[in-house]
Amino acid sequence: MTLIVKVIARVVSPLIMVFGIYMILHGHLSPGGGFPGGVIIASAFVLLTLSSGKEVAYQKLKESTAAVMESVGALIFLILAVLGTIFGGWFFLNFLPKGEPLRLLSGGFIPLCNIGVGLKVGGGIFAVFLTLILFRLSEKGEGD
Amino acid sequence: MNLVPLFMAIPLGAAFIVVLLGRFKEAVSDAVAVIVSLILTILSFVLIIPLSQEGIFVYRMGRWIPPWGINLVLDGLSLLMLIIINLVAFLAILYSVSYMKKFTAKSTYYGLFLLMVAGMNGVVLTGDFFNLFVFLEIAAIASYALVAFGVEAEELEASFKYMVMGSVASVLILFSIGLIYSLTGSLNMAHVGTILQGQNGNLISFSMILFLAGFGLKAAIMPFHAWLPDAHPSAPAPISAMLSGVLIKALGVYVILRIFFNVFGMNIQLSWIFMILGCLSMVGGGLLAIKQEDFKRLLAYSSISQIGLIMLGVGCGNYWGILGALFHLFNHASFKALLFLNSGAVEYSTGTRELKKMGGLSKAMPFTGATSTIGSLSISGIPPLNGFWSKLFIIMGLVYAGRYVLAVITILVSVLTLAYYLKVQRYAFFGKLGEGLEKVKEVPPLMCASMVALAIICVGAGIFFYPIMKTILEPAVRVLQEGVGYSNLILGG
Amino acid sequence: MLFFLCFALFLIGLYCVLIKKNLLKIVMGIIIMEYSVNLFLIMVGYKAGAVAPIVTAGVEKANFVDPLPQALVITAIVIGIATLALMVALCMRVYDRYKTFDITKIRRLRG
Repeated sequence: MTLIVKVIARVVSPLIMVFGIYMILHGHLSPGGGFPGGVIIASAFVLLTLSSGKEVAYQKLKESTAAVMESVGALIFLILAVLGTIFGGWFFLNFLPKGEPLRLLSGGFIPLCNIGVGLKVGGGIFAVFLTLILFRLSEKGEGD
Repeated sequence: MNLVPLFMAIPLGAAFIVVLLGRFKEAVSDAVAVIVSLILTILSFVLIIPLSQEGIFVYRMGRWIPPWGINLVLDGLSLLMLIIINLVAFLAILYSVSYMKKFTAKSTYYGLFLLMVAGMNGVVLTGDFFNLFVFLEIAAIASYALVAFGVEAEELEASFKYMVMGSVASVLILFSIGLIYSLTGSLNMAHVGTILQGQNGNLISFSMILFLAGFGLKAAIMPFHAWLPDAHPSAPAPISAMLSGVLIKALGVYVILRIFFNVFGMNIQLSWIFMILGCLSMVGGGLLAIKQEDFKRLLAYSSISQIGLIMLGVGCGNYWGILGALFHLFNHASFKALLFLNSGAVEYSTGTRELKKMGGLSKAMPFTGATSTIGSLSISGIPPLNGFWSKLFIIMGLVYAGRYVLAVITILVSVLTLAYYLKVQRYAFFGKLGEGLEKVKEVPPLMCASMVALAIICVGAGIFFYPIMKTILEPAVRVLQEGVGYSNLILGG
Repeated sequence: MLFFLCFALFLIGLYCVLIKKNLLKIVMGIIIMEYSVNLFLIMVGYKAGAVAPIVTAGVEKANFVDPLPQALVITAIVIGIATLALMVALCMRVYDRYKTFDITKIRRLRG
């Protein structure tokens, strides 16, 4: 890729990541939530990979870190569901205090669930992307 | 009562923990998988007694009242499926501790396997249509990846074929769920049952046909069976045992029973459709199985035939037919899993799956030979093993309903089943030793232990069938015969 | 009328799955079928003359379209992404072994 594309991608991708984090955190107030926010965070890393090559993106986020992020996101979601059982008696009960509507810290544990889902989806999509581009075509085929 | 959501939460959590911890040491992932599946099996047995006192458990997730919330329903039919799923999963994981040693990504295998178990547990426990779809997809996608696990050429082709047909089935099911939502305005199964109770119409029939097509594809009933003879032989042996023994029943036959008996309500046309499809699968699967030369492919066609027998029993509609069909569900899980694990043991020791190249293995591998003889006699319906009782009940049900022609066809197909399993036994286990097979010895002890456990279940369920019938099967038959009264139990309670 | 167009899109996807010989075109057919079903689910929730179901400050209880199918469609889209990722990875590995994308030549399992 040319120099202009590399420089602009390096400048823009933190902004994309901030937008993704905004979308995850405001999931209970505006359209979005965990799924699209996670995909936007993954696309920031994809932009870096496409413009500067995979070594640069590899230094920012290794594939093993993406896999660990994915498992941790799923475990956060499950632990929140189990905490609903411990504190309230019913699985998945919304046990945190619900503030006034339309504020950022309202809606019980829904923002925390969104963070778990966002981590999982972001890590997952980036891990899938890296696996697909790191696949080496070979003569007799090798295991992964 | 609070134990019910644990069936979905424990395998989900364990799947992700196994993937995280398996990076460090592999024995940790083995231990976690075996312990988690043992805990699930014990939990499913523990729930028999409280359920027989209460009759039905309705668990409201997050304390939301139905029809606004998602609720989990545990009744007799769900408990029967839970016992089958978790028991076969535990024995398959025990088997795969030593079978999968030649693969390197064992922690990924356990993660996918536990996700599949979590998905199947979710499908049998849920009372809400969209929750059903989500767990159906979790189990199905995990199984697509597991079929292609050892990346040989034939496994990839089989997995691609399975995946395309499975995705078409899922799209048909989602279309039908959308139609049901537009007709009734609710996604709760009990609520939909109350609303649709007296109505008939073109859209309702259309959505029933879409459900039958979608879940028939998942259950491999005859016009929709084309993926099964490729996918089940190509998978590693414990995955074949899970797919053929449990997955096509939990994702296919159970959901058909639940939707058509409890939500839509059975009538004469539906019973005839089930009986015709069942008869077609039974005869077609049996005839195609005779000419197979590959051990596992023969077992896969035999699965199609036995699922046809189950649908035939369900289509009868009277007490003996449904009892025989549900007992055959339990039996087929046990002996088909046993036969697939046997074929895996044979492949592990001799390296081949073709019947013409084997011979005389029963002296070299005594445990495998003995358990495979028990499994073959069970599936053919020889007394006093368990296959005999379930086939007898289905034939009695057909005779009471007046369908004498179908009863005669069932008896002929049973004789056919005996014929091709005797072919397997003669070529693989008796006779003289094939060339190049002199150094064959028995498989490692963990694999033997799970095969012997399944054989004990086959023999035990045959001898002690009366207690099993009273405690586990009768509540399930009562649920199905109650039909649309199920929704009053859930919405009223 | 619009629901028939949805169904026509579904049939176009089904045609691709059944007739086309390239593996990737079969995958595209499945994606088109999933899109058509998602479109159908959203159209089920439409009410004439209603607004988007977002509660903002200062708006009283207005006439909202049905938000439940929109939640279903978000989940269905994510499931579609997972299926697509697995199918594309399988296609790449199949090309590695068989050296072709033509489905009439990938037929080692028969009988």
